[in-house]
Amino acid sequence: MSAETKNENRLKTGSALQSLGSLIALVGLVVVFSIISTDFRSFNNILALLKQASVNGLIAFGMTGVILTGGIDLSVGSTLALTSMLCAAMVHGGVPPVVAMLAVLVLGVVFGAASGALITKGRLQPFIATLITMTVFRGLTMIFSGGMPISNLGNDPFLTGIGKGTLLFIPVPVWVMLAMFALFFFVLNKTTFGRRVYATGSNEKAAKLAGVNVNRTKLLVYIVSGVTATLAGLILLSRLSSAQPTIGTGYEMDAIAAVVLGGTSMSGGRGKIYGTLVGVIIIAVLNNGLNIMNVSSYYQDVVKGLVILLAVLSDRKR
Amino acid sequence: MQISMKSINKSFAGNPVLKDAKFDLADGEIHALVGENGAGKSTLMKILTGVYTRDSGEVLVDGNPVNFSHPKEAEAAGIVFIYQEINAMPDLSVTENMFIGREVRKRFGVVDSAEMERQAEAILKRLGVRIPVRKAMGELSIGQQQMVEIAKALLVNAKVLILDEPTAAMTLEETKTLFRILKELKQKGVSSIYISHRMEEIFEICDRVTILRDGQFIGTRQISETDMNSLIKMMIGREIGERFPARGCSIGDTVLQIEDFTRNGTFQNVSFSVRAGEVLGVSGLMGAGRTEIMQAIFGYLPHDSGSVRVMGKEVEIRSPEQAKKLGIGFITEDRKTEGLMLEDSIQLNIGLPNLERISHHGVLDTKKDDEMAQSAIHDLSIRCSGAGEACENLSGGNQQKVVFGKWIFIDPKILILDEPTRGVDVGAKKEIYNVINRLAEKGVAILMVSSELPEILGMSDRVMVVHEGKVAGILDNLTGGDDSGRKATQENIMILATGGKLE
Repeated sequence: MSAETKNENRLKTGSALQSLGSLIALVGLVVVFSIISTDFRSFNNILALLKQASVNGLIAFGMTGVILTGGIDLSVGSTLALTSMLCAAMVHGGVPPVVAMLAVLVLGVVFGAASGALITKGRLQPFIATLITMTVFRGLTMIFSGGMPISNLGNDPFLTGIGKGTLLFIPVPVWVMLAMFALFFFVLNKTTFGRRVYATGSNEKAAKLAGVNVNRTKLLVYIVSGVTATLAGLILLSRLSSAQPTIGTGYEMDAIAAVVLGGTSMSGGRGKIYGTLVGVIIIAVLNNGLNIMNVSSYYQDVVKGLVILLAVLSDRKR
Repeated sequence: MQISMKSINKSFAGNPVLKDAKFDLADGEIHALVGENGAGKSTLMKILTGVYTRDSGEVLVDGNPVNFSHPKEAEAAGIVFIYQEINAMPDLSVTENMFIGREVRKRFGVVDSAEMERQAEAILKRLGVRIPVRKAMGELSIGQQQMVEIAKALLVNAKVLILDEPTAAMTLEETKTLFRILKELKQKGVSSIYISHRMEEIFEICDRVTILRDGQFIGTRQISETDMNSLIKMMIGREIGERFPARGCSIGDTVLQIEDFTRNGTFQNVSFSVRAGEVLGVSGLMGAGRTEIMQAIFGYLPHDSGSVRVMGKEVEIRSPEQAKKLGIGFITEDRKTEGLMLEDSIQLNIGLPNLERISHHGVLDTKKDDEMAQSAIHDLSIRCSGAGEACENLSGGNQQKVVFGKWIFIDPKILILDEPTRGVDVGAKKEIYNVINRLAEKGVAILMVSSELPEILGMSDRVMVVHEGKVAGILDNLTGGDDSGRKATQENIMILATGGKLE
């Protein structure tokens, strides 16, 4: 009994330490911004901040699964643009919004599977495979929309609710993010699939020789990433009430930054989903706080880069 | 150049590898260095060339004591080690590889490619081999790469070449060329030290042979005054004793039957069977294809033809996942890169092949997960601070026990062991032998690949010998045995493994 509890503690403390540097960075940032600005520490601003974080959060959760297997998914921003454009077109064309939303979530599976198939069946490197899908999906978005945004989406309660609604004082996108966080936490820590994801990234050869179907595992993480990107796209579509063909450009980098801030190893096998949540909130706090302080967006990028550097360096010492 | 090594001692982490070893090389001779794997041949040569430093002893070159501390120093003195694994840069050209680090330069430090190519061509011509000097190194065969390495050595005026199993990956034609070159070099005063397991080669080109066993010097003989059998006796003459625990064996029905199993270019027409409770030893030289046969049975490597029957039923195994479902476990040769997730805990490693057993509908049962790890630690007496300990912190023997722990819970019917005790100390070896015996007693059919003859003879019921991708023979090793000459003895195994025939 005592031996077991001891082991459990070992496992838990070991992983908690992993994102400690980022947690300290987050607390530090919140304290500094709160001292400097009364606007920052208001309840409404915190909710707005979390709402902003939700889109990047969903993408970053999917990205975490991919990076844990030792891969990368550059296609998330294009997937988001393409699926939200298709959803808007369907709604515009008279398809009931709920049906359209479910339909593009299924398309998210297909788009994710395309990246996954290039990697597993086509044996392309994840970077190259998703560079291809990123480019193609963006192109398809442009062809499909003719480069023009689609607006006038009506006011269906589901479509407007997912981005703009509130439930128990808290914005719906924040609920969506928290629900997905709980789901990812459960899957990565408590299921055999989660174990396979970690094993594939930790030592692919050993995993394969232990009877793990690493190709199926990889395919699945890219599918999940496609779905989370689509979900993020639906939130954005709802919030903006229109689908923009260029939306999502560069989103993959914010998601990767959040994952790295959360202490996940880019070579796979090591990392925690709550680290990613911390990383996502850090990025949102920086964006929000620097905006409130009227810092030019050029400087914001430099500050963001430096914060990532500091967090990563402080993690490395252990 | 004459070399004399005297009273060489060397230990790694307290384990003596060389004990009072000696070696003498005369002018213009080809001198074979033989011994079992682990006898200390490579270590002795690495001490000669300054890769390792000796703990004690003396090295004389042309009568003068030397103390090389880096291979570059040995090279400057004219002694070049040509390794089995060639350290070439596959994307650079032959010329660039030959001149790496000592490029010919023109004014302003610009490299003189034309001059280097001219020199490279000249030296390859001198060796009588046709290799285009602009070709990328990676496009050459292993044999051609060896020739380039030799050419590179001559470029620095080597007086002594050390070749470690040079023909392991060579075709017959390439071997002939190599022998011609070595003989011609001998005429010009360049000596060679030739490390090889292949007896027929040693008798073909060597002048003298030195035998090492367990890090000790056993003797030096003129090739003309010795024969294969007495050499093999000198290499292995050792009592196996009770290093290998006895097994209460009751051999059952055939569990695994392989017929005409072929992977083109790797192994051909391999046929054998293993019965429940039986240990089939698999012996042969390195590179004979033993590991590849096992990986193909396990579905990790594809095969081209042949059939596999498990419990009498024909099966087609395309992935380790399928093999596992059929009750086949595989303990790999290289536990660090293939057997374990080194940075992860014992518990995560043991759970990995057993995920179905520690979960319901894909959700992990934490209690079962903990129990499995605890019982593996207990059953296999894995020495660790707890199931959460990372495998990289364990000793080699305990790491290997974790690898066994991965497979004992799948309720295996067939267990493939590839070098199960490599890099494991003597005490832990015996514990692993006990585990193997316990599994066999439970009726598991065991295939054990090993390069250590004593281990093969001490543990196996039968011994299959593989030579160049083919089964050279299957020998009986049960106590008593018959006198038909098909009995597993060290001599018989070595004869089959080196391509000989039993009368």
